Amino acid sequence: MAKSQVPDSVLVQMYISGNEDALATLINRYQSRIFGFIYSKVNDRDIADDYFQETFIRVINTLKSKKYYDEKGKFLSWVLRIANNLIVDDFRKNKNIKMLRDTEEFSIFSIIKDATPSVESNLISTQIGYDLRKIIEELPLDQQEVLKMRFFQEMTFKEISEATNVSMNTSLGRMRYAINNMRKIIEKNQIYLTA
Amino acid sequence: MAKLYSKKKLAATKMLPKKETIQLILNYSKALSVVKIGNMNFKTIAN
Repeated sequence: MAKSQVPDSVLVQMYISGNEDALATLINRYQSRIFGFIYSKVNDRDIADDYFQETFIRVINTLKSKKYYDEKGKFLSWVLRIANNLIVDDFRKNKNIKMLRDTEEFSIFSIIKDATPSVESNLISTQIGYDLRKIIEELPLDQQEVLKMRFFQEMTFKEISEATNVSMNTSLGRMRYAINNMRKIIEKNQIYLTA
Repeated sequence: MAKLYSKKKLAATKMLPKKETIQLILNYSKALSVVKIGNMNFKTIAN
């Protein structure tokens, strides 16, 4: 009981001189008010706990370095100022970042989507690619050539006709035959090319 | 049966940090030592 009567400034001096119990007394004396102050600003127990810890780490660092502690000022108001500065600094840093917590009613994944394809869709697209290659290989060589140039190399019909040394109409015709033939192969073999 | 309203706490329970947090702070304080050499402070944390 006697210890609770010791003034803050004396306890701080005792702590600076190496008495670790003095800090425990100070924390015990003011933990409720400091924690309440932090909680009133952040409205989250876990975050308030983090700030409480960070505040006292700063207090300890400052006192142990004997850098600054104004004995005339009150210990509590000094600690509250440190806590307030920490919260304000973090708020300034994070003011553009909206914080959302996962709860039972609200799942964070309802607004965040994973854009990467699933294993299933990867398997399906691999299978479609494999089937498509097999179908193209069934086509006559001149049709294969036009189709590959148009779809895989994204060449224009003008470029294709120049590259294959035929007229543009022939290239267009080969393309039409290629697509018709592919449809026939798909129907004949009952291949499904949709995901 | 009538309710005993007088038993209900009117004041909110005290807001306190977790015991683990306090313990961590006290352990940090015990482990930390600051040595001043010239104008510089060297912090060491004994594990």
